[in-house]
Amino acid sequence: MTLFLQLLVNGVIVGALYGVVAMSFVLIYKASRIVNFAQGEFLLIGAWTCWWLLTSWHLPFWIGFPITLVFMLVFGVILQVVVLRPMIGEPIISVIMVTIGLSIVFQAAMKWMFGVFAKPFPPIFASPTTNLFGLEVQTVYVVSLGISILIMAGFGWFFKYSRTGLAMRATAFDQQVAQSLGISVRRMFAMSWAISAMVSAVAGVTVGVVNGVSSALSIFGIKVFPAVILGGLDSVIGAVLGGLIVGVLENVAQYVDSQWLNWGNMYEIAPFYVLIAILMIKPYGLFGTKDIERV
Amino acid sequence: MLNTATAAVAAPPVTAAKRLMLSVNNIEVVYNDVILVLRGLSLEVPEGEIVALLGANGAGKSTTLKAISGLLKTEDGEVTRGDITFNGERINGIDPDQIVRKGIFQVMEGRRIIADMTCLENLRLGAYTRRDNGVKDDLDMVFSYFPRLKERTGLAGYLSGGEQQMLAIGRAMMARPKLILMDEPSMGLSPLMVKEVFSIVQQINRDLGVTILLVEQNARMALQAATRGYIMENGKVVLDGTAEELRNNEDVKEFYLGGGNEERKSFKNLKSFKRRKRWI
Repeated sequence: MTLFLQLLVNGVIVGALYGVVAMSFVLIYKASRIVNFAQGEFLLIGAWTCWWLLTSWHLPFWIGFPITLVFMLVFGVILQVVVLRPMIGEPIISVIMVTIGLSIVFQAAMKWMFGVFAKPFPPIFASPTTNLFGLEVQTVYVVSLGISILIMAGFGWFFKYSRTGLAMRATAFDQQVAQSLGISVRRMFAMSWAISAMVSAVAGVTVGVVNGVSSALSIFGIKVFPAVILGGLDSVIGAVLGGLIVGVLENVAQYVDSQWLNWGNMYEIAPFYVLIAILMIKPYGLFGTKDIERV
Repeated sequence: MLNTATAAVAAPPVTAAKRLMLSVNNIEVVYNDVILVLRGLSLEVPEGEIVALLGANGAGKSTTLKAISGLLKTEDGEVTRGDITFNGERINGIDPDQIVRKGIFQVMEGRRIIADMTCLENLRLGAYTRRDNGVKDDLDMVFSYFPRLKERTGLAGYLSGGEQQMLAIGRAMMARPKLILMDEPSMGLSPLMVKEVFSIVQQINRDLGVTILLVEQNARMALQAATRGYIMENGKVVLDGTAEELRNNEDVKEFYLGGGNEERKSFKNLKSFKRRKRWI
C-alpha cells in the first residue's frame, strides 16, 4: 500500500511537470495553431544550458537557473523571428513540418555539443530526499511541484486578466480581428514562443536534476501529446489536468504491472490507451472548446 | 438625367471652417497583385462629422475602409497608387496595429466580436492600445450606453445579433479613437434594432466628438444619420454631396431609396431604368 501511495505521489508530481510542459505547448497552439513537435527539445536545451552553466562556470544554482530562463526567453524570440516568422502565411502543415525539422536539428546539435550519455547535475539541495507525510520524495520534486503550481496559477492569471494574455487569446481566435484592435500579431507569436520555451526549460531543469541530463529528456515532448489532447488542444486547464492524469496513470500502470501483470513497459503505453478511450467519448478532449455557432 | 455627372464633377468643397481629418486621394487597390478593386477613389472626411459611403454590393466600400485601416494587408490587398492622409500624415502602407494607435478604429463587417470571451474581456481588448488610467471610467461609460451588455456575463458568442453589434461599437469606443470606420452596422438586424444602432452612432458622434465614416447598404438610414455622403460604383466615387443633397437627388432616390418619380411604373420606364442603371 505504501508503494502504491508512493507511486501516486510521484505520479502527481511528474504529472504536474507534464502539465507545465503541456501548458507551454498549448500556449503556442492557442496563439498560432501550430502543433510544436520541438517542445521536448526546449526541455533538453534548457536543461543542458543550466547544466553547462553549473558545471563549466561553477555558478550556484540560484544564479545559473535565472540565466537559463532569460536565455530561453531570448532563444524563443530568436527562433520565432528567424525560423517561423518567414513561415507566416504558409499553410499550417508546412509550419508543423518545420517544427519536426527543428526537433531533429536540436536533438542532433545537443548530442554533438554535450555527448550522448546522461550527465548528472551537481547536487543542489542539502538532502536529496525529503519526508512528505511519511513518504520519501526527492526534494527537487517537492520544489518542482511548488514551481509548477506557481506557473499554473501564473498562466491562469495571465490569460484571464493581463492585457497581453487577452491579446494572445484574441490572436488565437482571429488574427484579423486582433490586428483591427491594434494588436501586433507578430509580437504575440514571438512572445508565445518565448514564454513557451522558458516554461519548458523549468520542467527540463527539474527532470534533469532528478534523472541527469540526456537526450531522453525530449521524450517529454511526446508524453505531452496525450496530456494535451486529453485536455483539449486549446485549454490551459485541460492541459494541466491532462498532464496530471497522464502522470498518475503512468505510475498506477507501473504498479499494476509490477504487482500482477508483469508485461513490462505498461508504464509507457497506458496513457495512450486511456487517451483513445476518452477521445471516443469526448472528441474535443475534456475541456476543448466547441465552436460557438449561432443558428 | 445629366445631373449626376455634373454633381460628380462639381463636388461641393468641404466647408473651410471644418478641419479635414481624413483624405483619400485617388487610390487604386489591387488584391493578389491582379484584381483591381478601387480605381482612383477619392474622398474626404471632415473632423467631427458622420460621412456615409454608399453603393451596391461589390462597389468596393469595404475595401475602401480596409485600405484606410490597413487591414487590406491581411487579405493580400495593396494600395498601389494614390495616398491616404490622416491628420496631415500619410498612412498608407503602415501596419494595421500602428494605424489603430494613430486613432483610426475599424468596426468590421459582421461584428467580429471574440465569441469565446465575455463582454467585459471584449471591451477591455478594445482598450488594448491605451496606457492611460481612463479605461475603467470608459468601461462605465460604455455600459451606460449599452446597459444590456452589463447584464450579459456569459460568452459574447451567445449574444443576439443586435447585442453583438452594440458590443462591437462599445469595443471601438473603448479605444477612444479619433475616427471610427463602421462597416455595415445594420447588417442582419431587425428594423427596430437598426434604428437603435443608428441613433447610437449619432450619439457617439455628438457626445464623444468621434468622426465616423459609415459604410451602409441601408442608404435611407445612413443619409438620415450622416452629414455628408459619397456614392460608389465600380471602385470609384460617382456622386457626392451633403446628405441633404443626396436625399433629394432623383437618381439616389431611384436607385437607393426606392420610390422616386411616380410616373416610372410602366414597363417602358423599367427599360429606361435598366439603361440608366450605371451612373456614368
